[in-house]
Amino acid sequence: MIKAIFTAPGGTTIETDARDGLSLMEAARLANVPGILAECGGACSCSTCHVYVDRDWIGKLPEKDEMETDLLDFADEVDEATSRLSCQIKLSPELDGIRVTVPTRQG
Amino acid sequence: MTHIAVIGAGQAGSALAAKLRALGFDGQLTLIGSEPVPPYQRPPLSKKYMSGEMQLDRLFLRPESFYEEHQITLLTGTRVIGIAPDTMTLAMENGPEISVDQIALTTGADPICLPPAMGGGAPGIYTMRSLRDADAMAHEFTPGRHVLIVGGGYIGLEAAAVAATKGLQVTLVEMAPRILARVAAEETSDWVRALHRAHGVDIREGCGLDSLTRPNLTTFSAGLSDGSMLEVDFVICGIGVRPATALAEMAGLEIDNGIKVDAFGQSSRPLIFAAGDCASFPWKGTRIRLESVPNAIDQAEATAASMLGQGAPYVARPWFWSDQFDVKLQIAGLNSGYDRVITRPGEKPGTQSHWYFAGDRLLAVDAMNDPRAYMMSKRLIEAGKSPRTDAVADPQVPLKSLPLVEDAAA
Repeated sequence: MIKAIFTAPGGTTIETDARDGLSLMEAARLANVPGILAECGGACSCSTCHVYVDRDWIGKLPEKDEMETDLLDFADEVDEATSRLSCQIKLSPELDGIRVTVPTRQG
Repeated sequence: MTHIAVIGAGQAGSALAAKLRALGFDGQLTLIGSEPVPPYQRPPLSKKYMSGEMQLDRLFLRPESFYEEHQITLLTGTRVIGIAPDTMTLAMENGPEISVDQIALTTGADPICLPPAMGGGAPGIYTMRSLRDADAMAHEFTPGRHVLIVGGGYIGLEAAAVAATKGLQVTLVEMAPRILARVAAEETSDWVRALHRAHGVDIREGCGLDSLTRPNLTTFSAGLSDGSMLEVDFVICGIGVRPATALAEMAGLEIDNGIKVDAFGQSSRPLIFAAGDCASFPWKGTRIRLESVPNAIDQAEATAASMLGQGAPYVARPWFWSDQFDVKLQIAGLNSGYDRVITRPGEKPGTQSHWYFAGDRLLAVDAMNDPRAYMMSKRLIEAGKSPRTDAVADPQVPLKSLPLVEDAAA
């Protein structure tokens, strides 16, 4: 199991344990993390699963693809350095313990 | 203790129940679904689940443990057969009545099948709505087989794309003069038709299915209104859905293209609410019903808040998506009432967007592999802003600096 730690809007911290291979968005949904709406279910069609990845972890993620880049370019409250769509982040042992923050506007 | 029953365990029912708990509801909560499995995502059924790219466990919205942890009594494979609104009791197909204090109807919609005289309900003829539907037809998807798809809406086109990608021979018939006629402009129909034809799908528009017979155990003979006769191995019916209103009707609730609710999700009986595909609600002076996941989630969550007395009027922000071949189609807004469509070429080859206007007012946008146009237009539409049409048509004007109509007036 891969641990991920979400800081929800309002500051609550929620720790999740999810299976290797699931997306960070799926981990959030399993744990009912508020603010991760994931309306398209992970089809990279909306941007309602936007998170800020902790600076210590952002470098460990694969680069964004074009679709994710374009969606984020127009999403709310984007931080160029740390914003990612959690549906596009696949959990793996290298990401065990990843920390992310959910934007307030989504919550 | 207060008891809320949520009837219908799809995307809306699941979202509504989860939101009730998230908002602090600590009474008894029962989520009742007629399907034998916990709530799952339907959109992938005609996309990645059907193509085999997505496995069953990832379809489920939440693990069963979620419902236990949040003290949501999840009754799967369970049918409510009647609601007595005066006594607030539910009559169950199997088992004793259930007494409740409030009810949320999230019963969704049922696919329309071919009439029995045309073979509707017979083996080899499928609808595309439930996990059972998808699993039942999975074995049919082998290369070289011939599928007839009846209906050129999003479901039919998505199924056609998966089938063609898997190497099946695909014929799609649409009775209306063009595919997507109910939901999109000619420009979008043209674009999607070209996409499918490039992948070998035989699309026949203005063409109905006149007869369907089974000359032997393995094939169907389909008589089409263009005079041709086709031998096909199986048939997928994508001719739309009807809101599932039977329970609501029996309970005497007002029905108007679905269960009629107000902006708070409240039906004509104050203790009964409804949300999602089954409910019609006020929208800009008219009444609409949306068949979409985003609306199911948003309306369900807004209704959950209303049921707890914390509600605000629900303002829908319609959007839709469809995946066909390597194309992602994203739709912002609702185009009803448009009088012109502006085509905007995307920044990359093979991308394009169609902007629907009523006069100067932007209503909706269909974006084909153009998420930038989708995201920008969604923002504009939700903010009630309209870009100038001449700027929309000019790809040299960046999306982020499209001049607005108000700017022009100033």
